[in-house]
Amino acid sequence: MKQEKFDIFVIGVGGQGIGLLSETLIRAADYAGKRVRGVDTHGLAQRGGMVASHVRIGANAHSPLVMAGQAEMVVALERHEALRGMNLFLKDGGTLVYYDAVWQPLNVRLKKEAAVTAASISAECRARDIREVRVFQTGLADPRMQNVAVLAEICRLNLIPGLEAGHVEAALNDLLAGPVLEKNLALFRKIVQA
Amino acid sequence: MKDMGEMLLRREGFSEIVIGNTALVRAMVESGVGVVTSYPGSPTPEIAAAIASMPAAQRPFYFEFSVNEKVATEVAFGSALNGHLAVVFFKSVGLNVAADTFVQLPLMEITGGMVVVLGDDPGAHSSQNEQDNRHFAHLAYLPVFEPATAAETYAMFKEAAALARAKKTAVIMRLTTHVCHAKEKVAFAPYAAAARDNTPLFDVKNGPYVPIAAAVFPMKRRALQKLEQFREYADDSPFNMVFSHNNKKRGVVTCGTAYLALADALAFAGDRPDVLKLGLSHPLPRRLLSDFLQKHEEILVLEELDNILENEIRALAQSRGLASAITGKQDLEDWIGEYTPERVAAKLDKVWPDLLAPRPEPTRARPAVPPRPPQLCPGCGHRSAFHAVKNALAVGDITVADIGCHSLGFLPPYEMGQVLLCMGASTAAASGLALANRERKVVAFLGDSTFFHAGIPGIINAVFNRHNLTLIIMENGTTAMTGHQEHPATGKNFNGPTTAIPLRRVLESLGIANIRELDAYSQKKLTAMVKEALAEEGFKVIIARHPCMLKHTREQKRQGTWKGIPVRVNQEKCRRIHECVSVFACPSYQIDEGGRVHVQEDLCIGDGSCLQTCPAAAIETGNPGGEK
Repeated sequence: MKQEKFDIFVIGVGGQGIGLLSETLIRAADYAGKRVRGVDTHGLAQRGGMVASHVRIGANAHSPLVMAGQAEMVVALERHEALRGMNLFLKDGGTLVYYDAVWQPLNVRLKKEAAVTAASISAECRARDIREVRVFQTGLADPRMQNVAVLAEICRLNLIPGLEAGHVEAALNDLLAGPVLEKNLALFRKIVQA
Repeated sequence: MKDMGEMLLRREGFSEIVIGNTALVRAMVESGVGVVTSYPGSPTPEIAAAIASMPAAQRPFYFEFSVNEKVATEVAFGSALNGHLAVVFFKSVGLNVAADTFVQLPLMEITGGMVVVLGDDPGAHSSQNEQDNRHFAHLAYLPVFEPATAAETYAMFKEAAALARAKKTAVIMRLTTHVCHAKEKVAFAPYAAAARDNTPLFDVKNGPYVPIAAAVFPMKRRALQKLEQFREYADDSPFNMVFSHNNKKRGVVTCGTAYLALADALAFAGDRPDVLKLGLSHPLPRRLLSDFLQKHEEILVLEELDNILENEIRALAQSRGLASAITGKQDLEDWIGEYTPERVAAKLDKVWPDLLAPRPEPTRARPAVPPRPPQLCPGCGHRSAFHAVKNALAVGDITVADIGCHSLGFLPPYEMGQVLLCMGASTAAASGLALANRERKVVAFLGDSTFFHAGIPGIINAVFNRHNLTLIIMENGTTAMTGHQEHPATGKNFNGPTTAIPLRRVLESLGIANIRELDAYSQKKLTAMVKEALAEEGFKVIIARHPCMLKHTREQKRQGTWKGIPVRVNQEKCRRIHECVSVFACPSYQIDEGGRVHVQEDLCIGDGSCLQTCPAAAIETGNPGGEK
């Protein structure tokens, strides 16, 4: 029998809270009783550059790095990075979940390259048989909560096999405390129960 | 919320998901380490973050950030001579700084034992090169453990510490970026806290400790004898492992994360090769290797970066008359970059084309996505400084960068810092560029932590030898790039308050008379100041000061005292000059296809450094509900 494998490539921009998002996914998968490993970008790239995390669920994952083109899911917190993550890591037939924030890369701001549009992402998803889940919430108290909105959407749609809202809440409880935890849990529950 | 400090000090055994750097600190705690030193550098700063999570009163060892890696190594060495098990950790290129000290370690009878933890950076994720520090281990006759995972980091450190203490030597733990930062669940043993004996045990009888002239030879002989003892250990070490798939034909010798990538790639293999994974990559287990070579007709040596194992294995095969066909590096690309799972799969395809099943190829060309290099944060004082300095320079003037956040000034649109060598090198490299050069002005940049790390000798040399250049010190009051560690001018060290060593006072004490300073946000004044300095002869220093805004705003937001006022673009006044978005280029400014500029609210911190840059005065401080 084929071994269970679920590789997730998480991507965004330094400062968006990618680390918390991937750490939550890893801990949630652990709470779901799965073997999991992964790695985050640290260092230089955290200064506004592209940052990525790899989350590998399954007993046969050895490297913390997802193999290029082999991810079952890409989770992105920014539009340009959503397309970059798809290009590099997502399997045809996989799932893209992205928060549609736009932080224009340098060459767009310097008028040297065109920005990526939401329509171009949708077109690429259709062409590659990728399930597209676009997340956008108006009126978030803090943009750093966009990652929790994405986690909630993943749970609401049951996008990761075996991962339930309770596992994510337990993970968030490991990582956050006080009013920050409460605000994030409130947002998470609001979306999951919608 | 889980408390890392409590976890690291827990008496009972437990399992937890941790990164390699955190697992390393638990191993230090369990091993009875007495002194730990470091200089911050990726991929190792999280080791210090884990140490900091343990309350100072309960921390079982002393820790300091020293002023550079050489000093850190010396402090650790000295403490080990007094009987403390000592650890020094730093990034890959830190070993170049520490090298003068490091190469002496094997000559010394290090009574307390010492572990040198290296954070190598294959892939150059956060470094100016991807040097393979296994070369240094050979140079210094020191053994090297190379873990692949967080669990191995924990287990190997405990082994390395025990061996270092037993053999009274230094042992190297070579981590790499994706060992330091990779996460997995690790099972930790109980921790039996023991009372520390702080008796200073240094005794010349344990020496000799003075390697002068002929005294060197017995010391070198002892170093080589210890290395031979490690060679014997290597053959029986539990960290050198054979994974047999009963393959009589093909075998792979590998180590570190390349092993993990290999294991993933072999998921696509039918008839898997046997694998010898070396946890101790120096000295090599000759008996184990000879046996492995004898049992396989074809050997692939799979090692990231340089061909160190390959050369040794080829030499071993030749000396023992072993006939296996050995393949290692095949072209220059094999020497470059990280050995990721897809890289290793491609390598296997090349060496053994029948081995792996084909992987799915991209079904269509991928649409272009603009690259996203790292950049200076919104509000960064360096942006104001570069914007102002650029306005003072003539075409053809030469700018020299140093290491730190300000290195990012080389990117467009600033393009400030056209040459970058290594820590502290800017002043002296600029001095050389200024020699016999009357046409093109030379400007060097230097950060404040780097000033203390390795910047001072180049400055003294510029004074001593009367060099003609302008040094701009970008003082942001912290070691920003590596996560905001204190430095000698901040008045604090890792453990608490200390005497501040103000940068200006150091410069004055060196006899530098021509010093100017100002807040980097005063862009027009800074431009004028640089022009003045460039017109003068000799060695001139400008201190362009502004606190690191990432650190500053975080601290103030935590205290509830941050008073940022986000800006907006008044569309009626905007003349689409695009100075804000394409020249000053704060990432908060975004531009639409029609050339209309707006402020991305999630990014703008409200520092106001951009207000002065708009020729049309169209940037305004926002009013609630106003158009952004």
